[in-house]
Amino acid sequence: MSGPRYSVGIDLGTTNSVVSYVDLNEVDGEHAPLEVLDIPQLTSPGVIGEQKQLPSFMYQAHEAELAKSDIVLPWDDTPDAIVGELARQLGAKTPIRLVASAKSWLSHAGVDRRSALLPPQSPEEVPRVSPLEASMAYLQHLRDAWDLQFPEDPLENQDLVITVPASFDPAARELTVEAAQTIGLRQAVLLEEPQSALYSWIQSSEGGWREQVKPGEVILVVDIGGGTTDLSLIAVTEEDGNLVLNRVAIGDHILLGGDNMDLALAYALRAKLQAEGKRLEPWQLQALTHACRDAKENLLIEGAPAEVAIVVPSRGSSLIGGALRTSLTREEVNRALVNGFFPKVELTEKLVVQARTGLATVGLPYAQDARITVHLAAFLSRQLGATGELAGFSPPVNARFLHPSAVLLNGGVFKSDVLAHRLLEVLNHWLDADGAPAARMLEGADLDLAVSRGAAFYGYVRKGRGVRIRGGTAAAYYVGVESTLPAVPGFEPPLEALCIAPFGMEEGTEADLPPYEFGVVVGEPVHFRFFASTVRREDVVGTRLDWWNEDELAELPEIEVVLSAEQRRPGDIVPVHLAARVTEVGTLQLEAVAKEGGQRWKVEFDVRAGEETDAPVAP
Amino acid sequence: MQIDLNLIPTTLDALHAGLAALAALLLLLCLLLALISVFAISRRPKVVAAPATTAPPAPKAVTPKPAETPRPQPARVETPKPVVVRETTPDAALQLLGLLQQEARFVDFVQENIAGHADADIGAAVRVVHEGCSKVLKQYFKLEPVRSEAEGSRLTLPKGFDAAAVRVSGNIVGEPPFTGSLIHKGWRAGKVHLPKLAEGHDASILAPAEVEL
Repeated sequence: MSGPRYSVGIDLGTTNSVVSYVDLNEVDGEHAPLEVLDIPQLTSPGVIGEQKQLPSFMYQAHEAELAKSDIVLPWDDTPDAIVGELARQLGAKTPIRLVASAKSWLSHAGVDRRSALLPPQSPEEVPRVSPLEASMAYLQHLRDAWDLQFPEDPLENQDLVITVPASFDPAARELTVEAAQTIGLRQAVLLEEPQSALYSWIQSSEGGWREQVKPGEVILVVDIGGGTTDLSLIAVTEEDGNLVLNRVAIGDHILLGGDNMDLALAYALRAKLQAEGKRLEPWQLQALTHACRDAKENLLIEGAPAEVAIVVPSRGSSLIGGALRTSLTREEVNRALVNGFFPKVELTEKLVVQARTGLATVGLPYAQDARITVHLAAFLSRQLGATGELAGFSPPVNARFLHPSAVLLNGGVFKSDVLAHRLLEVLNHWLDADGAPAARMLEGADLDLAVSRGAAFYGYVRKGRGVRIRGGTAAAYYVGVESTLPAVPGFEPPLEALCIAPFGMEEGTEADLPPYEFGVVVGEPVHFRFFASTVRREDVVGTRLDWWNEDELAELPEIEVVLSAEQRRPGDIVPVHLAARVTEVGTLQLEAVAKEGGQRWKVEFDVRAGEETDAPVAP
Repeated sequence: MQIDLNLIPTTLDALHAGLAALAALLLLLCLLLALISVFAISRRPKVVAAPATTAPPAPKAVTPKPAETPRPQPARVETPKPVVVRETTPDAALQLLGLLQQEARFVDFVQENIAGHADADIGAAVRVVHEGCSKVLKQYFKLEPVRSEAEGSRLTLPKGFDAAAVRVSGNIVGEPPFTGSLIHKGWRAGKVHLPKLAEGHDASILAPAEVEL
């Protein structure tokens, strides 16, 4: 065994997963022959087809629903659940058995991500899985698909990079790594998706990128996936004559993506049909959504026809009689998508936040404001100071927001050049109002596959052979501190935030021990409130904030530590420091370090995890 | 000498199939006759044997072999060597039909009587069929034209050109190179990757009956 032969990148997406790889022996600088893995999967009962994408869906079939002999995979003749294309198809007709958007649930701070809660709102008898287990199932399928094709070089022996949204919180990152490790992929490291898209752009330029960007520039990466919108800012600097890329800011976790756009079009068409007196059944709306996805791409290109016919055939065997016919016009697409999701707004436009009314069931925290341009305005305004610490950046005095000079787009949504141009137009309108030069589009990205390709390339770059984006953690982390020493949650004295991990911690580094110590009771779970800030770059370990702007700090799920009773007596109070480090993998790890003796205990992010161990919190 | 198959309308596939079946029947009959009556002519079965191929009609299929074959000892019945015909397994054909039905409602469409419907309704249905069929073709076949020249342009076929890939017609005399104009650019399936079937999968169910609970 002479080290890994391949560098493999997995884009574990909300709606589709893709695996790219590169033979490390074949790479020469930025010339890397990247390949995309064909993933065998059930495409209909008893039929195994190969596709470049594995739809991230899982279907829990009823035992009488499909013949046993029809649910087989090349590597497993009795898979536990159906994953991929067939799961998506069956689930479209039987949603109560479909697990979808597991990735969004994995990053949903409001639920226990290890508890079996998917599919939500399904009858009792349908087996449920946790968001973590669903992610494991997808990874396992991808691993087996790889091992089938490369029996000599199993995936567990290759360099492996898994991408996550830049806006994933520490818990979601840790869960992603845990999913990989549980199925034997112990070497997996994480990479933020917008960074991955940029790596892919660098790789596909085959060295030409150095002519396209200059020191002092800021690249805005807008990555719109099926379910999420992910924003990042990357500043270009120079060091010893070499260009250096620095990821200086990331956006919030915005659950808004291409799927919302297809749905918006389908709703617009439904309204049109209803005005004609036609009522739609649920399955027709579904078929309409599907048809809109394809129609949209035809209507949102330069020189598109004025309208595209949409036909939803009847479900019976008579194709000609019962079809539902309508057409989608360019005008409607413009209204619903271009102006609905990318309206021309001023920089000062505020996000609409509606008070939620009587949400009875647990659901995903979808973005309430669908206007992506407004999200972008908020992001750029908030990150005005993002380049403050870098040499060679001098934002104009009157700048109202951080001025990007180049834009890299990613995601299938931007196959529609009309949307791409609109986004740039709006951004340039703001830049113009600030008296700044217009930004330009960076061309040549593969919108569907860039993230996985970039990840495979990153595996190679990590070996120190190519430009690497610097960044570290894109947030500073704080724990809530109350005025009395032993942290006893349950009542609310004035809260202070103690910084335990500064902004920009590099992988494989450890933060200093904060001077502040907590008294923790041995043998009992102790909870801390936990905060993150993507804008406070100056705070060092030990900084205590007694006041902050509401949008500066975001509260994350509570963290928890249990001091095991080894060597100590239960009930004793042990003074500890909370120490942070960023692992080589790219996850944040918090530890309680005993003041005396230096004993360490892991601090868990996902407090609600594992109900059986979750002891009641002392009042 | 040559019989030009292009003269037969290419759309009449059912007719061809019927003809082939008829030919096969005739062959059987002839073999039977040959067994019974020793002096039956041996040349006859040879002529009709070829059309029994399951492959689409090829020009050689009906090329009558002139009388160079009559053998004086008709007693050895196996001497009129039957043309080797490849059996195609129905699974791949059924699978393709299933895919076309699933993506394009192909079977539904062809099985429906379109006589009573307005062109506009048929047109709407055809969109579904066309879109789905083209998706299937794109996904499972790599189709490429046999000739890259523009249709209508003149081209020259060298000596030894691939007669299976290029079919000449009209004034075929003398020796290649032949020069003529390209009528149809042809299609070649460069790559076929149909999905694999699970052992025990019943491919004859092109579309399952659907029951909503």
